[in-house]
Amino acid sequence: MTDIPTAAAGPDAVTDPAIDAELAAEAALIERHAHPTDGTYMVVGLVLAVLTAIEVGLYYIKGGALTTVTLLLFMALKFAIVAGFFMHLRFDSPLLRRVFIMGIAFAVVLYTLVLLMFGVLHF
Amino acid sequence: MAHLLPAPGPETPMGAHHQPDSHHATATGVSNEKLAMWGFLASECLLFGALISTYLLYRHKAVSGPTPRDLYDIRFTSVSSFVLLMSSLAMVLALAAIQRGDERRLRVWLSTTALLGSVFIAGQIYEFTSFIRRGMTIKTNVTSGAFYVLTGFHGVHVTLGIIMLLSLVNLSVRGRIPQARSEVVEIAGLYWHFVDIVWVVIFTVVYLIP
Repeated sequence: MTDIPTAAAGPDAVTDPAIDAELAAEAALIERHAHPTDGTYMVVGLVLAVLTAIEVGLYYIKGGALTTVTLLLFMALKFAIVAGFFMHLRFDSPLLRRVFIMGIAFAVVLYTLVLLMFGVLHF
Repeated sequence: MAHLLPAPGPETPMGAHHQPDSHHATATGVSNEKLAMWGFLASECLLFGALISTYLLYRHKAVSGPTPRDLYDIRFTSVSSFVLLMSSLAMVLALAAIQRGDERRLRVWLSTTALLGSVFIAGQIYEFTSFIRRGMTIKTNVTSGAFYVLTGFHGVHVTLGIIMLLSLVNLSVRGRIPQARSEVVEIAGLYWHFVDIVWVVIFTVVYLIP
């Protein structure tokens, strides 16, 4: 059982300033790792805008299957960037990543099977 | 004089440190509210997956009437998409602001997010009314029906998100969102970013892919 200082504790009780200092250091470490700066977010926003512009450009290039595959890759990339940076999945608990990816994976598998069944997708 | 921590009580899990902005310790190590939102978003993947798949199934099944592909304007929808992406940027800047304790900036960025979201919805309404005027309603054919249901559901999600954002602005004005409660903004932000990434998928699958 973890010792927690109580009001009734004697001279061996841990003082508040020491614990506060430890907590502050821990919080600062978490802060540094957990939160990108505003500048980072702006750069990510710019990257997303550029990717969107490229996608729209690709629309006008009638490249058939290659265009489709490239557009899908760009879509996945934008999805991952927003999820990773804006939704903080990159910096948060792996449990949250697992929960979300499980939902996506289940949806992708299920609906790929549906589309295959109805002949929309072919292998 | 030593300042000692309070004794653990029924509301204080053993071993938990008291921090001004901490939550009660959870078995998973993450807040229950955030985990619940991620679980909800995972389930929303199934909803939108179903709607997108339905559109893909019906895309070439129209026997009469115009289809979305005959009518939409890629340049207009690209601008809409850009606006929604930038609203995601504004949302994350709002979160960063409140995590720094800057309540004024929080309100500015939340309002900006809601405004950009409203611009997106206005664009959707314009697009829908333009399609209806040119003869494509929800009942015209199966393709148009699937299109309107998919983009309509997305639009409703965006609208609910805007209402949520404006509620947060109101709460912040009343001083109910201090730095210690920044997770409220984070959770609302998760919903908003999800709505944005759903549009990323819709824009590519419905509008861009030949």
